[in-house]
Amino acid sequence: MPTPVVVSEVAKSFTMHLRDGIKLPVVANVSFSLKSGECAVLGGPSGAGKSSILKMLYGNYAVDEGQIIVSHGGELIDLATASPRMMLRIRRDTIGYVSQFLRTVPRVSALDVVAEPLVMLGEDRDGARDKARELLARLNLPEKLWLLPPATFSGGEQQRVNIARGFITAHPVLLLDEPTASLDAVNRQVVVDLIAQKKASGVALLGIFHDQDVREAVADRIIDVTEFAAGKIAA
Amino acid sequence: MNIQATDIATYNFAYLDEQTKRMIRRAILKGIAIPGYQVPFASREMPMPYGWGTGGVQVTASIIGPDDILKVIDQGADDTTNAVSIRAFFKKVADVAVTTETEKATIIQTRHRIPEAPLHAGQVLVYQVPIPEPLRFLEPRETETRKMHALEEYGLMHVKLYEDIARHGHIATTYAYPVKVEGRYVMDPSPTPKFDNPKMNMSPALQLFGAGREKRIYAVPPFTKVVSLDFEDHPFEIQKFDQPCALCGAEQVYLDEVILDDKGGHMFVCSDTDHCEKRREDGHRGHMAPENESRASPSSSAGPSPRKDGEEEAPTLTPPSPRPLRGEGKGEGQHQTFEKSREAE
Amino acid sequence: MTDEPLFRVTSLSKYYGSRVGCEDITFDLWPGEVLAVVGESGSGKTTLLNCMSTRLMPTSGTAAYRMRDGTWRDLYRMSEAERRFLMRTDWGFVHQNPADGLRMTVSAGANVGERLMAVGDRHYGNIRSTAIDWLGRVEIGEDRIDDQPRAFSGGMRQRLQIARNLVTGPRLVFMDEPTGGLDVSVQARLLDLLRGLVTDLGLAAIVVTHDLAVARLLSQRMMVMKDGRVVETGLTDRVLDDPRAPYTQLLVSSILQV
Repeated sequence: MPTPVVVSEVAKSFTMHLRDGIKLPVVANVSFSLKSGECAVLGGPSGAGKSSILKMLYGNYAVDEGQIIVSHGGELIDLATASPRMMLRIRRDTIGYVSQFLRTVPRVSALDVVAEPLVMLGEDRDGARDKARELLARLNLPEKLWLLPPATFSGGEQQRVNIARGFITAHPVLLLDEPTASLDAVNRQVVVDLIAQKKASGVALLGIFHDQDVREAVADRIIDVTEFAAGKIAA
Repeated sequence: MNIQATDIATYNFAYLDEQTKRMIRRAILKGIAIPGYQVPFASREMPMPYGWGTGGVQVTASIIGPDDILKVIDQGADDTTNAVSIRAFFKKVADVAVTTETEKATIIQTRHRIPEAPLHAGQVLVYQVPIPEPLRFLEPRETETRKMHALEEYGLMHVKLYEDIARHGHIATTYAYPVKVEGRYVMDPSPTPKFDNPKMNMSPALQLFGAGREKRIYAVPPFTKVVSLDFEDHPFEIQKFDQPCALCGAEQVYLDEVILDDKGGHMFVCSDTDHCEKRREDGHRGHMAPENESRASPSSSAGPSPRKDGEEEAPTLTPPSPRPLRGEGKGEGQHQTFEKSREAE
Repeated sequence: MTDEPLFRVTSLSKYYGSRVGCEDITFDLWPGEVLAVVGESGSGKTTLLNCMSTRLMPTSGTAAYRMRDGTWRDLYRMSEAERRFLMRTDWGFVHQNPADGLRMTVSAGANVGERLMAVGDRHYGNIRSTAIDWLGRVEIGEDRIDDQPRAFSGGMRQRLQIARNLVTGPRLVFMDEPTGGLDVSVQARLLDLLRGLVTDLGLAAIVVTHDLAVARLLSQRMMVMKDGRVVETGLTDRVLDDPRAPYTQLLVSSILQV
């Protein structure tokens, strides 16, 4: 199985310039890899740095040290040094992301929010909307909401829009930040099925799941983030 | 003492001093060299108010010689205050022959018309210009309009025509209709009716434009292309009159509406008085021509300038045409002045 | 990445006497990319914008633009005629105050049509139908086409200004605080409209703003300026979520939470 993501000796800390420059170490010496067709889950208590790792993989947080090598269209790219432009391309083509919260745009319908990543990849709008409808239906989002902007949706409804948006593309790597946090059991199961489907089609997934049942259902292995605690090396 | 007194009392030929005339001639030559380009010049104070033709008078004064024959028209007429005064002025300060006949004149100073009779090579038409900058009303900054001319950015001119069509359904600009000269500069032809625009194109006569208050001179040399701006789907058209001149029966000429009484009576007559008189001398008659032709003169019954429904107001920057309905006596008097001046030729 | 940038700024500096306007600015902008330049007033972002858009000559440095025919031109070596032609065809400039970018005394239709007429369109019917189309795209009703922008609200004026700029299909648009001075609800609508237009038309844009929310919504990439210099640059969400320079941290922490 190919290994589309290799993380080696990555460190991340925050320097708080407004607090006299104190340094808050988050993680250090993070090393793991992701294989196609597997779902790895980041484990550990809150504050261990799970989200930070995910965000570094998405280019949302800068990488202080180490390398994150991603196979992007046959090329190996180090995210730690990739240009913003390259990062945007990787997001468009290679790495998908389902965040915990939906950042809504006023006046764009739920349907178009979901279809947008496909449109960005050059798919025609009608085709993309068809796929979006399919996914939203599968996630049991009431059809009457599809043409409304999601800003006023409930947490669970927004999350389903977010999941649909993340799952609509065929990105070879998919990052999941607590996608099931505010879902009911039925929809959690839909997400579990969707993840299984992605795995079957060879996608490498990395997720954070606080929900024990979901984690057990989807995880091929757990990466224990406490091993990367920043204090460990220093100590 | 006596000699000095005589010197002071005598005007320089054509009023302006020779240095001023040289300066103005240089501006004119530059204008001729760059057709349609507005040349700044040091406009002098003239013994008349701005708006009464100070620019035209300075141009005429700078080009007139003792052998020239001068004609002055105001909205086509030779007998209005403005025309009479300017003609008298040059008779006095240059001692030149004057005429009302287009054919015989070597210099024609005009306000707001081009004579109906075709001009010929060797003639000079001097326009009095109130506002030389065609872009002024859309772009008030002179620095910017000069740049626009320099860089040939004339989209704005079409914006004005667009606005006309949007508002009136057709290009409602009827006077001072912008033209492009020799494919380069956009020029304001002075507030002549657009009826006269085609006459500017490839004219054998030299056309000079003087704006005294605005201190600009520009020119269209003989046989120069002058094209009226328009849209493909709204081509340039001249005014059409649905009846001939009431006095001479002329068609395809520019007509003035003349109010005859306070009961709505009116008639349309040639704006070009010389043209009308010539035609009547040749025996042409309109439907309201008086029986006794020798006493008839269109100028004796001139009225306000013509205006078709939906068209813009006549320009108001220059004083309104001083062509009141006047009594027979006064009209006769002026008519006699013309006769005299003609005799003088 | 074999494709080329559209706009390339190298070591651009502008001094006002001994005072720094902006200093040593270098970046590339690719087709379809939106770059936000943020900073407080006096940070040099407007000076930079004016230099980039050739409204101001820099003291040193270069700005190169890839023309439609693929050739690179140094903006500061172009003739004024070429620059002005570029500005009204391939570029747009959206002013903070719409009155600076509109002709307030001619109709909305003529405002939109002016650029077309400037590049030689001489068919009234075509110009008008294009104007109607563009007014529709910026959500101004066809029935307002003959009204002057004086009769428009602030938000409508700004949308009209955008239509006026985009009608010639520019590839690069400069925006100076495009939502400044508008009500919050009007801002949201405008931002959304801009976002849609930029995506649909594949426009590259450089947006100068002090409003980080505007930057987040419109741009993919961000440049933070302070005292005439760039203190941080990167992906917009990276800069906002993981600000590294002290000044950026201050900016981000100063955002009011609603």
